[in-house]
Amino acid sequence: MLTIVSNALRGSASKNGTRLVVSARSYADFTPQVSFDIKRCDVHRLDQGPPDKTVLTREQGLQYYRTMQVMRRMELKADQLYKQKIIRGFCHLYDGQEACAVGIEAGIKPDDHLITAYRAHGYTYTRGVPVKEILAELTGRKGGVAKGKGGSMHMYAKHFYGGNGIVGAQVPLGAGVALACKYHGNSQVCVALYGDGAANQGQIFESYNMAALWKLPCIFICENNKYGMGTSVERASANTDYYKRGDFIPGIRVDGMDVLCVREATKFAADYCRSGKGPILMELQTYRYHGHSMSDPGSPVLLYGCCSFFLVRGTNPWIKLKSVS
Amino acid sequence: MAALRCFLRSGKNAVAAGLRREIHQTAPASLQVTVRDALNQAMDEELERDDRVFLLGEEVAQYDGAYKVSRGLWKKYGDKRIIDTPITEMGFAGIAVGSAMAGLRPICEFMTFNFSMQAIDQVINSAAKTYYMSAGLQSVPIVFRGPNGASAGVAAQHSQCFAAWYGHCPGLKVVSPWNSEDARGLLKSAIRDDNPVVFLENELMYGVPFELSEEAQSKDFTVPIGKAKIERQGNHITLVSHSRMVGHCLDAAAVLAKEGIECEVINLRTIRPMDIETIEASVIKTNHLVTVEGGWPQFGVGAEICARIMEGPAFNYLDAPAVRVTGVDIPMPYAKILEDHSVPQIKDIMFSVKKTLNVPLRVKYRGHILLCHCVLCCSVSQ
Repeated sequence: MLTIVSNALRGSASKNGTRLVVSARSYADFTPQVSFDIKRCDVHRLDQGPPDKTVLTREQGLQYYRTMQVMRRMELKADQLYKQKIIRGFCHLYDGQEACAVGIEAGIKPDDHLITAYRAHGYTYTRGVPVKEILAELTGRKGGVAKGKGGSMHMYAKHFYGGNGIVGAQVPLGAGVALACKYHGNSQVCVALYGDGAANQGQIFESYNMAALWKLPCIFICENNKYGMGTSVERASANTDYYKRGDFIPGIRVDGMDVLCVREATKFAADYCRSGKGPILMELQTYRYHGHSMSDPGSPVLLYGCCSFFLVRGTNPWIKLKSVS
Repeated sequence: MAALRCFLRSGKNAVAAGLRREIHQTAPASLQVTVRDALNQAMDEELERDDRVFLLGEEVAQYDGAYKVSRGLWKKYGDKRIIDTPITEMGFAGIAVGSAMAGLRPICEFMTFNFSMQAIDQVINSAAKTYYMSAGLQSVPIVFRGPNGASAGVAAQHSQCFAAWYGHCPGLKVVSPWNSEDARGLLKSAIRDDNPVVFLENELMYGVPFELSEEAQSKDFTVPIGKAKIERQGNHITLVSHSRMVGHCLDAAAVLAKEGIECEVINLRTIRPMDIETIEASVIKTNHLVTVEGGWPQFGVGAEICARIMEGPAFNYLDAPAVRVTGVDIPMPYAKILEDHSVPQIKDIMFSVKKTLNVPLRVKYRGHILLCHCVLCCSVSQ
């Protein structure tokens, strides 16, 4: 039926000499937004968690998808470049965890602050550094964001404090940024990320203590990708419920492979901090598709070969989003 | 007419009387200020001058400071700007560095620098290296301050000197004041500096009063970081020192002056960047060098000075090898007599000066006063 209509329109266009934009589907077929059910988050010391329904607009969906795609391709390219020895030293790849970075960025404001550990290429991109400057930095060129002097783990941008090489050291730094936000009274928050491997660091517990004492607007986020380097969480942590490890700090456990779940949880956490209630903890359950770093001889995915198909289909973050749109 | 004649007769007296009536300028008032008060006033003035400056550390607020250096500041500025921390150095040093990255200007106090070892990763990897790693994008305007080096009877774990450790690292500025003028001026410079500065105080100097000139009392008085000061001029030998040992060098110089040896005493003031030019110029003049420090000899401040003198023009002017007077290469013992002999004393400095200058030493041996050039030959010539 539509084809007949479009043919007729095309026919009339050439007769009149007017130009008509004809497409097989009109814009009326695209919905401006859709509402989704998202996975309910486990909570610790909270009466209620983030909402389990959310609305995704067309623009947002396309933007998240595009960002995640760019991040994935950038990381895979970095993988290639490392194998060609064009990138040297350390290269910790973020592919698999894209939904975390994109969801967090969607849940905070551009003038909020963010600090993470060495698996930082994704966050460097979401915080505004162009892919060209990231790849130039990785390849040691002066067009890089740190003029080639920093490398993979030391890239900085406005309100983005890296890229930190020492496991766990970024968490007190993040609490310090939150202290500055509170000091200035500007209702900004700081997101301080760390991994399941870092979650046992003493300085993180020192940060929890001071952040809670002084009610710092700090969102502590543990990206739990189930492996600290090569050691699985069961072999490293006596308590693997990382969202509860803050003890006196409320916590949420979030599906880190679903960008909308991450976005809603981050918005919830940011509102909590901005209201002056103090810090909050989020655990994002996610997965990385490469080894710990490019020096890693075998990635955990290979160890679980039979499950990898499952993982790719069930938990690949952008496939989830793509199928939904 | 009579008044005029009177005036003329009185002459000089009248003039003097006339002058006496004027309001004449008082001589500049210098004050006796202890090092503790100098530090306190410097912090007070900088807190007032810039809203972004704040102080955090253990016991700095309600306790008035473990050594009372921050006395009165919490009462004046309140909880927002003078923050008591839990006993978690790694955590609060990291928080201080993070706040500096976000635009504040923290003063992070370590109760002693021995405890900074718990936080040294934050000082070096998070603070010192960041400006370089970010190619200038991210500065860290922080001051780490606290007492450094030997105290009295606090034994091995509380007596280490960290001048050499921190002086080793590019990205840090390291200063070590001696007197009140140093303390005041250098702390102000450190707080105003956009780089991370390690400020090494000395607990035994806190209570010592020094004269502060009127110029040094002004609110904008700063001592430049990276410039040494010649405390005493001399022609025969150069003594280079920092912190408390400067006082010992001056005392040794006073005693040696009676024997006709004029020592030039240089107060380093800054460990990094070291003012080697002042030392070189002095060595070129005196031809002899002795370095004096409280820390251990291996890889220490004196070792660096000697290496740099060898690498520069002053080497050709040395008439004798440069000598280091340092703390003894052992963990600090507790017993007073052992502790006293583990840090340089005035007699050790004098001994090294005389040995370098090849001046005979007066040594007491078996009740006899002997003149010899070296203690060893006394035992040999038995």
